Amino acid sequence: MRMLKNFFMEFGAYLLLMKEAFKKPQNMHIFKRKMIYEMQVLGVDSIPIVCVISIFIGAAVVIQMILNLQNPIYPSWIYGFASRKALILEFSPTVISLILAGKCASMIASELGSQRISEQIDAMEVMGVNTASYLILPKIFACLLFFPLLIVLSIFIGLIGGGFGGMANGLSAFHYVEGIRLEFTTYDVVYAMIKTGVNALIISTIASYRGYTMKGGSVEVGIQSTKAVVQSSVVIMIINLLMTNLFF
Amino acid sequence: MIELVNISKSFEGKQILKDINIKFAKGKCNLIIGQSGSGKTVLMKTLVGLHSPDTGEVLFGGRIFNKMTIEQQIDVRKEMGMVFQAGALFDSMNIEENVMFPIRMFQKSSRGKMLDKVNLCLDRVNLKGVNKMMPSELSGGMRKRVAIARAIAADPKYLFCDEPNSGLDPQTSILIDDLISDITHELNITTIINTHDMNSVVEIGENIIYLHQGQLWWQGDKKNVLITDNKELNDFIFCTALTKKIKENNDKK
Repeated sequence: MRMLKNFFMEFGAYLLLMKEAFKKPQNMHIFKRKMIYEMQVLGVDSIPIVCVISIFIGAAVVIQMILNLQNPIYPSWIYGFASRKALILEFSPTVISLILAGKCASMIASELGSQRISEQIDAMEVMGVNTASYLILPKIFACLLFFPLLIVLSIFIGLIGGGFGGMANGLSAFHYVEGIRLEFTTYDVVYAMIKTGVNALIISTIASYRGYTMKGGSVEVGIQSTKAVVQSSVVIMIINLLMTNLFF
Repeated sequence: MIELVNISKSFEGKQILKDINIKFAKGKCNLIIGQSGSGKTVLMKTLVGLHSPDTGEVLFGGRIFNKMTIEQQIDVRKEMGMVFQAGALFDSMNIEENVMFPIRMFQKSSRGKMLDKVNLCLDRVNLKGVNKMMPSELSGGMRKRVAIARAIAADPKYLFCDEPNSGLDPQTSILIDDLISDITHELNITTIINTHDMNSVVEIGENIIYLHQGQLWWQGDKKNVLITDNKELNDFIFCTALTKKIKENNDKK
């Protein structure tokens, strides 16, 4: 009962913070500059990890397909086709979102938490700055705009990695590409983008809430950063399940 | 002028501020002194709106600050400058950007004009050639001076300083005190300082407020703070060996 009460209290505080955060920025020029900076830190700097993870996931998915679907009745394009579906619908938008939750959520929570405990947020508030909007909104927009690009990149790199993995296990490039192109529907990509957008919102808002409302000292920065990663990962998985049921 | 009327504040059932009534004079250095845990910081945070009082009113020039909407409070806050205990400089920005922040955020002027203002403020706190340095590259005293420069950059009507001398050597403390006092008189602003430093009390204390267990216990100026017969205040002021000796010598004379 007490846990339920705490959950609703936290959820209420989260919604109130988001209400403040989504207010119109006090200075649009500074907002744009901050958003570009956040895109660099949260998005561009995540490209290397996204590429590395994607190429290995892509290769592993295709190898698993080859090993588990070895049957003469299956056509040879099945490996490329199934791998494409798996990468676009699940692996890229969900697994990469979990990786981004690990990298970006901890970064956002620890940055805001450090600013909170060193009184930088208080200093801004005393100056008359709407700190929720100034600090959180650029992060949310940066994630919303950049994470879908990362997922497109991840799908592309994953398919290339799959090609390498397949060819190393005797799959011909022709059949792999044939499978990738077969019955391609843009709906799958649109679904992946919607899911990524929702995940971006989950990561940026939960991490911001954890960091912004932090109380205590430097130990708390670590605790809240971990909470930000765990909570956003769990919520991503729950929403993923709900969206899969809803969209298919 | 800033006025507190019947201010009380509790945290988790523990009363920190008890029915406080104070008037802070304009153009003067108003010092809040008291033991650790006496409620100084809570009082300061209540004044600037970081805490809301349980009862009572905080008035800025007759306007009831704690009963305003957030938008109205933001307008009043644009008239405030605050120096935090640890400086609270924005560590992702260099010194120039730190001082420019309140101007850039709320005033529409060219970058050249803003830069002139930044240099003027840094000049005023005797800091030159530090524009491109990061806060982590500065000493504690320099960081405090940058914090003062940032606090006065947007021409505030009210200046709040939370223990501006903490962690500084006596000579730097005197420099900071003199700086705050000079700025207060030059700009004719209402300055409120939280301090433990007895030197600040006797040097710049034009209106001294002594808090004891969350209550306003004594109010006066630097002339009568050393000769008061208030027991708790005397215990607080003359608690060190040095101050005890000074007191004994004064009593003998």
